[in-house]
Amino acid sequence: MPQQVLTANRLSDGAVVFLDAEGRWSERIAAARVAEKADAQALTNAGEATAAEVVAPYLIDVTLEAEGPRPLRYRERIRAFGPSIHPEFAK
Amino acid sequence: MYRYDEFDHAFVNERVAQFRDQAARRLSGELTEEEFRPHRLMNGLYLQLHAYMLRVAIPYGTLSSRQMRKLAHIARRYDRGYGHFTTRQNIQYNWPALEDVPDILAELAEVEMHAIQTSGNCIRNVTADQFSGVAADEIEDPRIYAEIIRQWSSLHPEFSFLPRKFKIAVTGAAEDRAAVAFHDIGLRIVRDGNGEGDGEVGFEVIVGGGQGRTPMIGKTIRPFLPKEHLLSYLEAILRVYNLLGRRDNLFKARIKILVHEVGAAAFTGMVEEEWEQLKGGPVELPKGELERILAYFAPPAYERLPAVTPAFEAKKFEDRAFARWAEVNLFPHKQPGYAVVNLSLKPEGEPPGDATAAQMDAIADLADRYSLSEIRVTHEQNLVLPYVRQADLHALWQELVPLGLATANIGRVTDIIACPGLDYCSLANARSIPVAQQITRRFNDLTRIHDIDELKIKISGCINACGHHHVGHIGILGVDKKGEEFYQITLGGDATQTAAIGAIIGPAFSAAEVVDAVETLVNTYVDLREPGERFLDTYRRVGPAPFKEKLYATH
Repeated sequence: MPQQVLTANRLSDGAVVFLDAEGRWSERIAAARVAEKADAQALTNAGEATAAEVVAPYLIDVTLEAEGPRPLRYRERIRAFGPSIHPEFAK
Repeated sequence: MYRYDEFDHAFVNERVAQFRDQAARRLSGELTEEEFRPHRLMNGLYLQLHAYMLRVAIPYGTLSSRQMRKLAHIARRYDRGYGHFTTRQNIQYNWPALEDVPDILAELAEVEMHAIQTSGNCIRNVTADQFSGVAADEIEDPRIYAEIIRQWSSLHPEFSFLPRKFKIAVTGAAEDRAAVAFHDIGLRIVRDGNGEGDGEVGFEVIVGGGQGRTPMIGKTIRPFLPKEHLLSYLEAILRVYNLLGRRDNLFKARIKILVHEVGAAAFTGMVEEEWEQLKGGPVELPKGELERILAYFAPPAYERLPAVTPAFEAKKFEDRAFARWAEVNLFPHKQPGYAVVNLSLKPEGEPPGDATAAQMDAIADLADRYSLSEIRVTHEQNLVLPYVRQADLHALWQELVPLGLATANIGRVTDIIACPGLDYCSLANARSIPVAQQITRRFNDLTRIHDIDELKIKISGCINACGHHHVGHIGILGVDKKGEEFYQITLGGDATQTAAIGAIIGPAFSAAEVVDAVETLVNTYVDLREPGERFLDTYRRVGPAPFKEKLYATH
């Protein structure tokens, strides 16, 4: 069963961010707090305290790999790691 | 060029102040995203995959060098050093911060630019033939009428909340370079009568064209409209649409669906009936106002030059690379001794339509020195210097080469339209730009590119068709198949006066296969063509079968 992380765009600049273990929003998916899909509501709840800092948070499916969570859908991989055509903007 | 009057300045500056307040209230938490979203969209600000995206209007694709320098400055100061010229002759910035956008809009206002009506269900930026005013084959300059429509449609209270977005394009020549048959309204400047001689000049009015998930070729609802009735007739069309266009279904809300569902004849009848109420009324353009706007587009003080410039002809003879560039990147100018110069934004391996801040500054300098300080943006995502003396072409070309702006590929296989696709766009299903980049790398031999002749490849990353795949000679549509990127190919599309919608050739190809598939199609055409035939001509003569056979022979 896939695991999940909570993602959003930061209000001030639109950057892709992920909710981390301290309840802050990080630009690095590697720092994201990971939950089992069955426990994903806890992630959503944890994001509520800082929801004003972001736009439209939502959960995405990930797999846990050595370097951290990796989104299952390639759309989310592009969001997490940056546009494929600009490696200089990679995260 | 048109220059803002006091009303233009006032409304643009008012809008900047309004948006500054709205953005501040959003950032402070006073406005929710739901409350703020319509305000940001009315100012061209989207939220995309990685960041906000700001779409700036370039009315009918005409820019001064001063405006281009400002666009470069914005790219450098507020973005990541580049901008993206779009199929609607606009520019998009992919990385602006919300907190900077009010300052960006204020800077744009300084050079008579804005981002109003580049989003939302309103009349969007009016587009026109990029060669307006200089094309040898033109009847009249369409920018005059595009500007009149811009003024009429800007903040038009009745048409600010239409059922869906609304796009108008104007062309002044028989050769359609503005894709007028694929707009909500397409206006073609024509002469009354048989099209020859000196009949009265007016408009053929085409309605209900478009791409997206339901591509349609527009229907001519009036073969000839006298110029003085332009605005009253447009108002009649918009009123019928505003009243009857569907608001219950996003996918059926465009005027093309209305025209299709009621039928062109019935739709025409409704428009004509509405027009009877409006004709001769206050919306008709006063003659004095027409003349005022016309004066802004008066031809510049051209030098009197011979039609043939011996130095230019000699350079083509001496320098093969220059001759190849001149062969495909120049367009005939109406003024003897001048040329229209296309600057390709499609170099090998680069995203189509992107220009760096350094390139934009350099283009502004070149425009000042060689093209009366004016630049055009094309809907095919290239730029144009419209007023270059033939005697200056070689010197200009030598300066374009190191800037990466002299790829000799206009209208050729590597002059690809591509939408931003999944690298940027939150609506996309697949990436577009990497496919374009791979095709330009595959076809990187100029001799081969020129031998293939005219071939228009257009790539969209989803069914919304921002990359115009429906009208590509070869169209490529990115689709998501079980979480993987696949690409569906269409053949035979045509955006010009011989408009056609491409037909799907067969099952989609994987990302790894699609460039090979394009090469197979090109090779098939080369094998089948008769002397003088372009890809589209061969396809129309032989049909899809031989292409399909080659494409799927190994599958």
